[in-house]
Amino acid sequence: MRYLPLTPSDRAEMLGVIGAPTVDALFADVPAAARKADLFDLPLHAGELEVERELTALSALNRPAGAGPFFCGAGAYKHHVPATVDHIIQRSEFLTSYTPYQPEIAQGTLQVLFEFQTQVAALTGLDVANASMYDGSTATAEAVMMAQRVTRREKAILSGGLHPHYAATTQTIAHAEGMEIVRLQAQVDAEAAVIEAIDGDTACVVVQTPNVFGVVTDVSRIAEAAHAKGALLIVVTTEAVSYGLLKSPGAMGADIAVAEGQSIGNGLNFGGPYVGLFAAREKLVRQMPGRLCGETVDAEGRRGYVLTLSTREQHIRREKATSNICTNSGLCALAFTIHLSLLGETGLKQLAALNHSRARELKQALAGVAGLEVLTPRFFNEIAVRVPGSATALVEACLADGVVAGVPYARLDPHAGLDDVLLLAATETTTSEDIAALVGALNAKIAR
Amino acid sequence: MSMLNVGRPTRPDAAAPTAHQSLSGGRGLLQDEPLLFELGGWEKTGVDLPEPEFDAADLGDLVRAEPIGLAGLSEPEAVRHYVRLSQKNHAIDLALYPLGSCTMKHNPRLNERMARLPGFADLHPLQPTSTTQGALALMDRLAHWLKTLTGMPAVALSPKAGAHGELCGLLCIKAAHEAAGQGHRRRVLVPTSAHGTNPATAAFVGYSVTEIAQTADGRVDLADLEAKLGDDVAAIMVTNPNTCGLFERDVIEIARITHARGAYFYCDGANFNAIVGRVRPGDLGVDAMHINLHKTFSTPHGGGGPGAGPVVLSEALAAFAPAPWVVSGPDGLQLVEEAVDDAAQAFGRMSAFHGQMGMFVRAYAYMRSHGADGLRQVAEDAVLNANYIKARLSQEMTPAFPDGPCMHEALFDDTWLEGTGVTTLDFAKAMIDEGFHPMTMYFPLVVHGAMLIEPTETESKAELDRFCEALLQLAKAAKAGDADRFKGAPYLAPMRRLDETQAARKPKLTWKPESGTAQAAE
Repeated sequence: MRYLPLTPSDRAEMLGVIGAPTVDALFADVPAAARKADLFDLPLHAGELEVERELTALSALNRPAGAGPFFCGAGAYKHHVPATVDHIIQRSEFLTSYTPYQPEIAQGTLQVLFEFQTQVAALTGLDVANASMYDGSTATAEAVMMAQRVTRREKAILSGGLHPHYAATTQTIAHAEGMEIVRLQAQVDAEAAVIEAIDGDTACVVVQTPNVFGVVTDVSRIAEAAHAKGALLIVVTTEAVSYGLLKSPGAMGADIAVAEGQSIGNGLNFGGPYVGLFAAREKLVRQMPGRLCGETVDAEGRRGYVLTLSTREQHIRREKATSNICTNSGLCALAFTIHLSLLGETGLKQLAALNHSRARELKQALAGVAGLEVLTPRFFNEIAVRVPGSATALVEACLADGVVAGVPYARLDPHAGLDDVLLLAATETTTSEDIAALVGALNAKIAR
Repeated sequence: MSMLNVGRPTRPDAAAPTAHQSLSGGRGLLQDEPLLFELGGWEKTGVDLPEPEFDAADLGDLVRAEPIGLAGLSEPEAVRHYVRLSQKNHAIDLALYPLGSCTMKHNPRLNERMARLPGFADLHPLQPTSTTQGALALMDRLAHWLKTLTGMPAVALSPKAGAHGELCGLLCIKAAHEAAGQGHRRRVLVPTSAHGTNPATAAFVGYSVTEIAQTADGRVDLADLEAKLGDDVAAIMVTNPNTCGLFERDVIEIARITHARGAYFYCDGANFNAIVGRVRPGDLGVDAMHINLHKTFSTPHGGGGPGAGPVVLSEALAAFAPAPWVVSGPDGLQLVEEAVDDAAQAFGRMSAFHGQMGMFVRAYAYMRSHGADGLRQVAEDAVLNANYIKARLSQEMTPAFPDGPCMHEALFDDTWLEGTGVTTLDFAKAMIDEGFHPMTMYFPLVVHGAMLIEPTETESKAELDRFCEALLQLAKAAKAGDADRFKGAPYLAPMRRLDETQAARKPKLTWKPESGTAQAAE
């Protein structure tokens, strides 16, 4: 077997050093009833060519996003990732190292995390950021639990514009910890209803912008209302490229900002692995979950980086930790940081403007399709439309023309009564030809 | 063209001094590397993008007016910056990386290639399932392998790492108790040797934690377990093989008495690598167990993630597994994404979408490469390698549990360092100078000055010997009173020992422009 270096004579010699007659003897502590003498009912080992053949055949059954006109967003976005990013993240020293427990021989990873934290703090307009979470949805749940620790209150209000998977994740995880989760009615312009729901028991309000229907909102008024009642404002973003164009959560009064970072540096990967961004105001840092990287000096006074404030974490605090998270999204954070360093201030602003521009073209085109109603008033790169009948059926019908027309809202939340709502995203990868193909397919299917 | 040798010295000058300080402060090719924000500028970029056709006037005052504060680099500068940084890292590809309980094994590059096939990498989680049949089939096959290898009837694939899997398992247990009118069970028993994520996860779901004592031979104390198994106990969380690298000999009895008292048996599967292909946790009475795909199934650790932590479940818990999962129907494979109808008992959702697909592809490629025979050999070689290290190092070091074999990792205490003035930390740092990543230190907490060494099955005998010889030499040096070698170590790493106290006292977590020299945000 190509991954196993020991030869039969190595094994015999090693058993001699150990003083054991057989390898079986090393498994003596396993109860005899549980020791399997026979091989399991699974195929035997396979060469690289065979494995490649099987997996290539499976992958060929899928329709990649890049294979034609494609308009799915709703929390995961098709962007162009520069070739440099994938080249560097495959370097052995990044790919095959682990959590930087020994900082003297992990400065590469640590300095990248410090750069990542600085970038995330800048994007979100907040003071401090951690070294990443699993993804945007789990980061949202963690933010809600952090608000409980900060305010010592039990109620969280989730806007009806929050991505339904994020709401479900938060409900599952934060509810298990004993919190009361109030999920407001799903609607396109959902943010106005949030203010009325805040009361003196509220630990936090969770508002997404751009929201799941694509609506961009100035959340400053929600921040004021929350703060007036002693609650925190958590702002969620699922499209990190939007930071390049829109007011930052921090500038609008957010106490905690969380986001899905996939759009920068990371591919779609059928939903994972992605990278959760998590930032907060400085005074809240000791209640943050996850790893933090900090600057220090070595014995010769040279600048270096270490994991710090680990007294918040499970390996030190055990059941009193701020979270149970251990492994995070290191390599995806690296991809994020490299891509963002290539973009820089100028490139990110250009990319964001380009995304918005493509979405405006999409919106104009959709406005010309008879029977469609554009629902999103202010958007970044994603819009919701009302279609005649079922959005799911329409998407299926458009597949026949080679067009993936978007995500039916009902796929995310079948109980909202929004079966006729379709979510469509455009990015820098969307061409005018793609939009023309979409419009052609929609016209044909809706007319029929 | 070969280099001209006429008149050019071809041997080092024997009279040259050995110690040397460069003029710039650099260390040869290993340069101090500034931060991105010190290198780059706000106007610099490494991408070429077309001009947008529309401006953002329609967004009015929603547009960001102030600078973001990012720095950009051209492509050559970015490549150089990150390649230089990479060279400051140790990695499995460089040498043995014996972090106990982390399973730092070789990461096959075939897996990377497979995960990058456009049919997997460029697939959106919410495109119609009719266009993702191959991805769903891969998830289905991975689930089949995981269920077969563990002897468990169900698996939840979506958890994103080990600790997330623990959370998933405990939420299943909580849901099962609530469905059975046993919601008053709110205590979890955890051995003193457990990984910190176990008690942290229990607290995360609102359970209280009671520790179970350990016997002198490093196993769960059955009498103590039995005494603490009251009718308020929801579950026990036991790692097997445990964090001392030992198999819990009484595991079947542990499961029996746990079930007899109405509690569930959560097994932390971090150490599944030691028994894969030889022992099925389902035969041991386990109700739920997470599997770290980044450990047993070789997906890369990536400097701290991403991981993946699917959870296998017993019949009693299967109905409570979270959405989503794959089912086979008349139109091919489908995803059940909502806890409704037949799936009404599902406890909810662990995260957006369907789990760590990129890790699923890699893990599946690894399983297929090994097959049933290779995976069994994985466990055997992992255990053989650890016992070989234990046998050889016991010449100079004191194993925490000398009697009997260990499983996939060898645990030493610091008794042998007594009187030398050298601590476990010093010893670990001196290993760096010898070219090895230190072992896991001071864990498990039950062993004083613990040194937990996990070689994995992907090390050759030659590399194991090189490692053992280096450690034996170091141990002899410590006992011979050569304390300076240890106290100041590492001397030969990219950095000397770092001041963690200063980092925590006044945390500096982001780069900020010094006043007047703001570069990135001018």
